[in-house]
Amino acid sequence: MPNTISITIVEADRDRAMQIVDSLREAGDFDIHVVSEPSSLARQVEHRQPDIVLIDLTNPSRDVLEEMTLASGPLDRPVAMFVDRSDAGLSAAAIEAGVSAYVVDGMKPARVKPILDAAIARFRMFQRMRTELAETKKALEERKLIDRAKGMIMKARGVGEDEAYALLRKAAMNQNKRLADVAEALVSSAGLLS
Amino acid sequence: MRTINLSVGFIPLVDAAPLIVAHEMGFAAEEGIALVLRKAPSWSSLRDLLSFGQVDAAHMLAPVPVAAAMGLGGAGVPLAAASVLSVNGNVIGVSRGLEHRLRDLGHDFAFGDARAAGEALIAASNGVLRIGVPFPFSMHAELVYYWLTALGLPAPQNVVIRTVPPPLMVQALKAGEVDAFCVGEPWGSMAVEEAAGALLLPCSAIWAFAPEKVLAVRSDWAEQETALLSPLIRAVWRAGRWLSDPASRTLAAELLGRPAYLGLSPEVIDRALSGRLVISQAGEERQVNGFLEFHRGAANFPWRSQGEWIGRQLAARTGFDRDHAARSARAVFRSDLYRKALIGTGADLPGASLKIEGALSQESAFAARSGQMLLQPDRFFDGRVFEPSAE
Repeated sequence: MPNTISITIVEADRDRAMQIVDSLREAGDFDIHVVSEPSSLARQVEHRQPDIVLIDLTNPSRDVLEEMTLASGPLDRPVAMFVDRSDAGLSAAAIEAGVSAYVVDGMKPARVKPILDAAIARFRMFQRMRTELAETKKALEERKLIDRAKGMIMKARGVGEDEAYALLRKAAMNQNKRLADVAEALVSSAGLLS
Repeated sequence: MRTINLSVGFIPLVDAAPLIVAHEMGFAAEEGIALVLRKAPSWSSLRDLLSFGQVDAAHMLAPVPVAAAMGLGGAGVPLAAASVLSVNGNVIGVSRGLEHRLRDLGHDFAFGDARAAGEALIAASNGVLRIGVPFPFSMHAELVYYWLTALGLPAPQNVVIRTVPPPLMVQALKAGEVDAFCVGEPWGSMAVEEAAGALLLPCSAIWAFAPEKVLAVRSDWAEQETALLSPLIRAVWRAGRWLSDPASRTLAAELLGRPAYLGLSPEVIDRALSGRLVISQAGEERQVNGFLEFHRGAANFPWRSQGEWIGRQLAARTGFDRDHAARSARAVFRSDLYRKALIGTGADLPGASLKIEGALSQESAFAARSGQMLLQPDRFFDGRVFEPSAE
């Protein structure tokens, strides 16, 4: 068995980094290192000389890693790394999941695959969580807006809660708009009156 | 007419304007296409989104498709430059400390003479000059190398060019990780606004007509989807023409400033559009003609000689075979696709696809397909001319 593959994970969020590490540990025995500080990214990678670097696609520091693709660049790095080219389908899946992998020159595709598979699965989960969180937040905010609009109608018209809600819903239907949008319009323009 | 959606990636920079304007001002709709604009977090991610088909086209640094053709960076997917989105637009700036040393040495920050500014910069730097650029494959990097090498400052012994994502440039300057930087707008103005540095030189003083961003597509997509690519090239060309009208500037700055795009004050964006830059903390202003061109002088024509210049520069500093690099780089600038899309419109189409770069010191007439067209000055600061190899 050749030497243990060394992996560097670039991730500022500690929890996320730990989750990625856990997923990789399940996939095999690797030497894993996490970089959380963007300013020291180039130095750390240079120092560690990992076989694979995993980075979130949305991380703006990613462009720093591109310097490593210059095999004999002005900085004369001893190691040339490439965006993973071992399997177009796998690379595309990684991009879709939001992770990109840099792989050291000469690494066998068969050794890269399980690592990338594990990373992709984990990043897909992050993506789902992010979407769910955003949806929940939005629902909560809309709920609050509707409650405030309802309160305003109750006060202005001297009606009960159910009737206020019915009025709001009727207005939304008449204007062909979402309930939350009508509520928002009411709440934001009411601010002008007080 | 049925409208077809095209997803187009961009980086939030002033020179993404032709794509944003093509969408917002209806030039895309006039061509029967709808642009779905997608903001990307970094150049490498945008290149990969394009390579793997997550976007159909992208706002791209002119050297990226050339680098891809040479096998540098990326996933090895061939990319094409279907048109040039913008010419010039970058600035070189220095940290506050370096600014003080330059002033102490008597530099006037006249913002026009690349030789004077470069010699002053070399004199003011202690030993190694560290310069931050947005990406290793960028006109920023190529122009800085060209400038300092021509002035006799050898890389890598005396100059280190380092990739620093522009949103982190202010931090890198303040932390003393870089001494100077070369960026596109709004990042130069942002460095001045945030009191991190002063602007020393527009890159147009190094090369007066340098291709900056291109409309990049996958080469195979370009062959298969001509029916989509041609309207896209036309829509972007119309947007560039609109942008070149000074009367459009206020609205353009307003559009670009929206949160979905740059999310910045229109006043800062207008500096790049008007070429009137605030260069220092003291509020000194400099007017630069041709600071950022979207249309004038057939700016959008992807000259094969521009591709070759980039390929030769990139090869020279990475140790690649220069002739081979020149050939593959030239093939990336698709003047053929551009002509096909714009023939029969009012666009200036030159008779040739190659030209000598750096030969014009003033606006000059050039043979067009029918009659003549005007080209803008394109001199290099050291007076060298670049002759592309014979076809």
